[in-house]
Amino acid sequence: MLQHSLIGRLLLNDTGSRVLTFCCIALAVIVPVCNLIIPSDSEFHVSTYSVTLIGKYLCYALLALSVDLVWGYLGILSLGHGAFFALGGYAMGMYLMRQIGDRGVYSNPELPDFMVFLNWSELPWYWQGFDQFPLMLLMVFLAPGILAFVFGWLAFRSRVTGVYLSIITQAMTYALMLAFFQNNFGFGGNNGLTDFKEILGFNLQADNTRNALFIASAAALLLGYAICRFIAQSRLGSLTMAIRDAESRVRFMGYRDEHIKLFIFVISALLAGLAGALYVPQVGIINPSEFAPIRSIEMVIWVAIGGRGTLYGAVLGAFVVNYAKTIFTAWAPEVWLFILGGIFVFVTVFMPKGLVGLYAQLRTRFSRNSSSDKLKRGSTDEK
Amino acid sequence: MRNFALLLILCGSLFSAGLSWSNDIEIKPDTISETIFHDAINGLSSKSFTKKKEYIQAIATSKDSQALVILQQLLDGNIYFLKKTKTIVIAKLDNKNAVIRNAISGTDLGVIAKKRIKKVGINNKLRRQLKVEIAKLSLDSPNKAVRQQAAEEILKDINKSGLQLFTGRLTIEKDDSIVEIMQTGIALYSFKNGSVDEQLSAVKTLSNSLYPEVKNTLSNGLRSITGNPLSTEKQELKHTLEASIEKIDFKLGWYKQLENIFFGVSLGSVLLLAAVGLAITFGVMGVINMAHGEMLMLGAYTTYIIQQIMPNAIAYSPLIAIPIAFVFTALVGVIIERSIIRHLYGRPLETLLATFGISLILQQAVRTIISPQNRAVATPEWMSGSLQINPALALTYNRLYIILFSIAVLIGLMLLLQKTRFGLQVRAVTQNRTMAKAMGIRTDWIDAYTFGLGSGIAGMAGVALSQLTNVGPNLGQAYIIDSFMVVVFGGVGNLWGTFFGAMTLGIANKYLEPMTGAVIAKVVILVFIILFIQKRPRGMFALKGRSAEN
Repeated sequence: MLQHSLIGRLLLNDTGSRVLTFCCIALAVIVPVCNLIIPSDSEFHVSTYSVTLIGKYLCYALLALSVDLVWGYLGILSLGHGAFFALGGYAMGMYLMRQIGDRGVYSNPELPDFMVFLNWSELPWYWQGFDQFPLMLLMVFLAPGILAFVFGWLAFRSRVTGVYLSIITQAMTYALMLAFFQNNFGFGGNNGLTDFKEILGFNLQADNTRNALFIASAAALLLGYAICRFIAQSRLGSLTMAIRDAESRVRFMGYRDEHIKLFIFVISALLAGLAGALYVPQVGIINPSEFAPIRSIEMVIWVAIGGRGTLYGAVLGAFVVNYAKTIFTAWAPEVWLFILGGIFVFVTVFMPKGLVGLYAQLRTRFSRNSSSDKLKRGSTDEK
Repeated sequence: MRNFALLLILCGSLFSAGLSWSNDIEIKPDTISETIFHDAINGLSSKSFTKKKEYIQAIATSKDSQALVILQQLLDGNIYFLKKTKTIVIAKLDNKNAVIRNAISGTDLGVIAKKRIKKVGINNKLRRQLKVEIAKLSLDSPNKAVRQQAAEEILKDINKSGLQLFTGRLTIEKDDSIVEIMQTGIALYSFKNGSVDEQLSAVKTLSNSLYPEVKNTLSNGLRSITGNPLSTEKQELKHTLEASIEKIDFKLGWYKQLENIFFGVSLGSVLLLAAVGLAITFGVMGVINMAHGEMLMLGAYTTYIIQQIMPNAIAYSPLIAIPIAFVFTALVGVIIERSIIRHLYGRPLETLLATFGISLILQQAVRTIISPQNRAVATPEWMSGSLQINPALALTYNRLYIILFSIAVLIGLMLLLQKTRFGLQVRAVTQNRTMAKAMGIRTDWIDAYTFGLGSGIAGMAGVALSQLTNVGPNLGQAYIIDSFMVVVFGGVGNLWGTFFGAMTLGIANKYLEPMTGAVIAKVVILVFIILFIQKRPRGMFALKGRSAEN
């Protein structure tokens, strides 16, 4: 019965979704319990460092979802999703900066440290009101949303597609990176925003706050997944996939393909912005390097390695790649770029459907009962 | 500073001949000026800068044939004295020892430990004085360029002795441009020191001059006209001055524009070299090669490695590097195409990701094998320095050669694409792959060759780049996005698209930079391109026809 309710349809009616839902909820319960209740000398204790690390992965997973929504379902390879992520992050960062108040190095109650350092006398207009949590929350969605809307409207209206669109999205995030690196742009330049103290009055360094943020990230991931599934299962979702496979036919049937694309693109940007906003308080810094083109391309490879067009594949990919990154950059930093580059080549050439597709392929090969139809569709849909 | 380095080189080469000659002959003893000259040289070991100033003056006025050499060596910091005997020597230092010879007689004194000699120190004031004195002595040089440099040096600081030199030389000097400098100098002196009438006539001569000193002097002159009410004479002078300054400003502004265009064109040439290979591969195969920037980098490193292997042939290194870089990067390109890209045929977005992976691997490979640090590539002599058109406009040779090189590459490519069988096949595949295949063209070979060609051109572009900046693993990254913009802006229809795209972006960049700063200029241009493709989604020169849509 549960399977036929809305929640069931979104989260429980295939293996991948079930596993994802289960893992998300399990993480959200087990990790805080192991961190807060189990004593630190026990084997089951999870360190605060790990909580933050997994929390970071959760944010990346949400970001990967947003990339998969446009790439896997809409067929747009966005090399600029890092920009939406970073904008959401900057909105959160600005709020956190204002929360520091007079506890900064220069003890200025109004101005963040870097503005005092640059001899600014008053808060720029675009920083006004960022000490209010609701406004920040609004801006977390508004900033990436508006950018995605304007950019998408311009790009889709003039039917920029394929490789051209990818290159232009890359140029967009590159331009933003250059701008945010400027000191006089008012976002802390090179150093970005950091030294945060508290969020909503809770100390950011405290274990309780960290675990709350962790649970929030898991919840956001699940919510994002549900939203993406809702879109994918709706009539809009069918149209989206139709656009991916044969855009001009959709247009000839009388649909306004550019509107659909714009809608999906904006939704995806909002999710990316939310991921950024949850990411910043956990890692404690946001700087212009988040806009760097290589960051955005890395996001694409998370999705590619997990398996695009499946959503849970994107989540899986984000976890796998970032876990590998954590291990390798600690063990042998110079090897990591070789491995990352190798993943790019290997996945695109040998694993076009990613890990999820690989699982499906292997399963079909080893079980005689499966129909060849499943292999063609390459998905793990259940009966 | 460049000008001055040129002067040094010229002086050095000129007088090294005289030096070896003076080693052989006996110096004629005991004329009075000779004694003064020797005393003055020996006095250089003095600690006091004021004294040294007098001695330098004495050396210069002695008119001794050795004076110029000594002064030049002093300016270059090669004059030392023995700590024990205070003998003045000219020394060449290596790690521990110094090869010295007597400054007066020129006799070799052999090798001694470095710590036994002490440098004759000079300060900026003395340096300035030395430059002027050297310039005065150089006015006699048979070499035209040396004379011109010398005259300009004197002009910078015109005074009574300079005036006398100029008026004396004016009748002897044959070269028009040097005569003009001298006339400017004389006029400048009379403007500074003359009566109002003299000033008026001087201004007329000066208003044609572009030297910064002239403009400064005129502006100061204008500011110093005071008095209420002004006398009619002064009134007239004021008006003439204002008119002349305006005229000079107009000319300077004009040359500034020319210089901007030159810089823009040179940036455009670099972009053209970097982007043209990208455009060809994109046109033929419909894939964007994200590793294209790394081909630039490999080309630049080829130059570096060739200079390491052949340190004695720096002058020819770019010429040697160009074909080697072409072949090497073309090979790398063909290998990438054959091993990876052909498996991704028809999946342009995946190709983009795979080539990005390759670019990461190549960058890291260079970091691991060579070094993560930037490496400096030496510029051969014939590419350094600049072509001085007039005081307000100088074109640096390295940029000039790069412009010529990129034009040559463009012409070569056009001939290749328009006049050869390979070019015909490439164009056929670009326009309609299936049809070309049906006509018996081996499209997979064309793909591989085109990819190799594009990479090879990028390699040559890398050689050119190595003459402009340091060579490092991130070199390609710095240019790749701009190259993409050129392709997006210019379109892939034909090479003219790339040409105009590159030139437009180059010149626009250099024009915006002084107004907005380099970073904002880039941002403005990126925004402009995003808006531009609203009107023309496929760039300026798009492919037309049935197959162009997808």
